[in-house]
Amino acid sequence: MAKMTLAQLKALREEKKKDIDRRDNNGKDITIVIGMGTCGIAAGGKDAMATFIDEIREHELTNVTIKQTGCMGLCHSEPTVDIKVPGMPDTIYGHVDPGVAREIVLKHIIGKSMVSKYVLERPALDIMKEQK
Amino acid sequence: MHYTLCDCILDIFQNSVEADSSRIVLDLLQSESTLIFKLVDNGKGMDEETLKRVQDPFFTDGIKHKNRKVGLGIPFLKQTTDMTEGTFLLKSKLGEGTWLDVTFNLKHWDTPPIGDVVSLIISAMTFDGDYELIVNRENETEKNSYSVARSELLDVLGDLSQATNMILLKEFIESQEIDN
Repeated sequence: MAKMTLAQLKALREEKKKDIDRRDNNGKDITIVIGMGTCGIAAGGKDAMATFIDEIREHELTNVTIKQTGCMGLCHSEPTVDIKVPGMPDTIYGHVDPGVAREIVLKHIIGKSMVSKYVLERPALDIMKEQK
Repeated sequence: MHYTLCDCILDIFQNSVEADSSRIVLDLLQSESTLIFKLVDNGKGMDEETLKRVQDPFFTDGIKHKNRKVGLGIPFLKQTTDMTEGTFLLKSKLGEGTWLDVTFNLKHWDTPPIGDVVSLIISAMTFDGDYELIVNRENETEKNSYSVARSELLDVLGDLSQATNMILLKEFIESQEIDN
């Protein structure tokens, strides 16, 4: 098998875009923010991110944005992940290994129910920017 | 210490993005005995005093996190090369950018595993921010090499933080890594 060229990547993107446009997302976008500071990386943030990408592909979710951020001040509970799903409270999860990441996709994002065992309160106060 | 060399590299790479670089070049050159990691950015750079102090784990500029007393990214990297007979060279000029040249010694007993290169490149490509990233990858053992530019990926895929685009990006990078 040869390396994929940028032209092939573009063709694949066009094909997928048609599929996505056909589905109705009601403009309800889901955001996953993964802590990728030194602490997040050391605890396996990259593995969590890879699992989210794989699970989103597996469940054919088309309206998800994944962002990486620095340390959220919860180094003791890394990898930490902030999940924003319309109609649900914004939630920060801690200790998100691949297994927990799969559970979050299945229960929180698809099932709309929190995975209580891994919920953290909020970023540490010394890190929080002023909320307006 | 980080669990894999790719984790070390991602940690350092993030500094280039956060230093407001508009252009970053990341070389990952692998042979049977070494992994050479080079990073050149045109970010804000450091003066000589700061350059010395960033190698101290108990130094941080205090800008990112006001009350923090530690900065572990560079110390983790330096610790890894120091204890495994690798090399570590860091140069920087205030207002011009930073230049890093590291050799990991893959033959040393205590060198961590290389880790997941595909995930590293996906992460590096998908940080928030307006920056160009050129990744030059060579794998002598696999007789494989390729280069990829973030601007080309943005042209082809659009928003790289969209998970659907990340899935395609992963397929693309995997195909570059696997085939030769």
